[in-house]
Amino acid sequence: MAPILEVQDLGVRLGGTDVVRGVTFNLPRASCLAVIGPNGAGKTVLLRALIGALPHAGKITWAADAVFGYVPQKLDIERDLPLSGRDFLRAKAALAGSSAAAQAEALRSVGLAEEVLSTPIGNMSGGQFQRLLIAFALLGRPNVLLLDEPAAGVDAPGQAQLNEVIHGLQDTRAMTVLLVSHDLSVVYRYADYVLCLGPNGTCFGPPRAALTPEALYEVYGQPVGFHVHDHDHS
Amino acid sequence: MSTTTTIHELAPELGSLALSALMAVAAGLIGSFAVMRRMVLAADPMSHIALPGIGIALMLRVNPFWGALALLLLGAVLIWAVERRIRIATEAVIGVTFAVALAVGSIITSGEELIDALLGAPGTLTLHEAAFGIVGSLIVIVFVLRERNALVVRLVSPEIAMTSAVDVARLDLYFLLAFALTIGLGLRFLGVLLMGSLIIIPAAIARRFARSLATMLTLSVAVAVAATAAGTYVASLAGRPSGPFIVMVAGGLFFLSLLRRREA
Repeated sequence: MAPILEVQDLGVRLGGTDVVRGVTFNLPRASCLAVIGPNGAGKTVLLRALIGALPHAGKITWAADAVFGYVPQKLDIERDLPLSGRDFLRAKAALAGSSAAAQAEALRSVGLAEEVLSTPIGNMSGGQFQRLLIAFALLGRPNVLLLDEPAAGVDAPGQAQLNEVIHGLQDTRAMTVLLVSHDLSVVYRYADYVLCLGPNGTCFGPPRAALTPEALYEVYGQPVGFHVHDHDHS
Repeated sequence: MSTTTTIHELAPELGSLALSALMAVAAGLIGSFAVMRRMVLAADPMSHIALPGIGIALMLRVNPFWGALALLLLGAVLIWAVERRIRIATEAVIGVTFAVALAVGSIITSGEELIDALLGAPGTLTLHEAAFGIVGSLIVIVFVLRERNALVVRLVSPEIAMTSAVDVARLDLYFLLAFALTIGLGLRFLGVLLMGSLIIIPAAIARRFARSLATMLTLSVAVAVAATAAGTYVASLAGRPSGPFIVMVAGGLFFLSLLRRREA
């Protein structure tokens, strides 16, 4: 089967600096790609280039039937913004032509209670808002989810739950997931492929093959201690 | 039909009141999104670009109103283009551009015309102006109500809007044009200096109370219409131009709204 995404020699220049350079990879359908790298390595920029929000060099080819659901990095929402969760969800539902049933289904799949929707989005907890963003991304029947550190600012149990939600969606809806994460345990546990962005180049492959101690050293510029459990989680 | 036929000859008082109410509705709606998009400080400087337009129109012996409108719309396109190119906050671009416009405008406009342009000319509207007021208000109202979903999503995150099939660049351009158009609508009544306030103050009051979009839009429109009606009424009693009174009423309501502490 043709890959859902082909990226060839992708480069993004921002303010005269090469933020992303020479990124090449292919992503099969219904797989999970984790993008890792130190702060400032261009992970968010890469994701934004992939959805067409940034001008870039090189080639990005999505399959013709790719429909995106995008969850941006922690948004800075003003606390007194007079928009409720319901306003926000309804707006997307109207744009995507989703039914009320689809909205309820999206909320259910992220484990968000209906009552939370009356809360202004600026007053929601980090976890609630991230869930709302994922529910939002699920409207319009996407087959590709792009998530930029979806668990940032969420407490540890909440993070674990969110990861399960995302992984569950990938399983039940055969979605392709692209995920920026700082959490290597998440990468080992859920990702089929990992793309590492570092100042000294990139690596790509299945996590266990690509993430050698040497590769991690290259990416982060320092030794990264991480113990990989050998038993299988899947 | 002569352009000197006034709206008052055709539909005295009532027509004029309906027209200003319609403009107030447009101002309340566009203001809601302007306030949520942190364009509060942009409204005033943006309205200043009308001044050189008025000056140029007077030199060309055209109705100054059209000169003002032309420059406002041009200004909107300019802001849009500059913002896209250098990606700095709209407020900075608007602030600098229109401070310059104000300087230029005050050189080429003079005397009484300048005062009228700044504070709104009292008296009657020509038929053309009235017709434009109605059509322009309706355009703004329909735009905001039709595009409110796209505007909401764009407000929260441009990237999410992009992946929700919203043409963000086009939406931004239309929003700025609608914003400029709304300022243009009010120029005759309120003048360059004050129209920005009718867009911003009602929305700023609404924002203090609203917890959802529907409440925000409704409150903002209600305050804008109430301030316009009350201000026009007081002005007619005093036999003075309505603009300053409208803004004083709106400003008074804003300070009253400060008395209520916002819930956390």
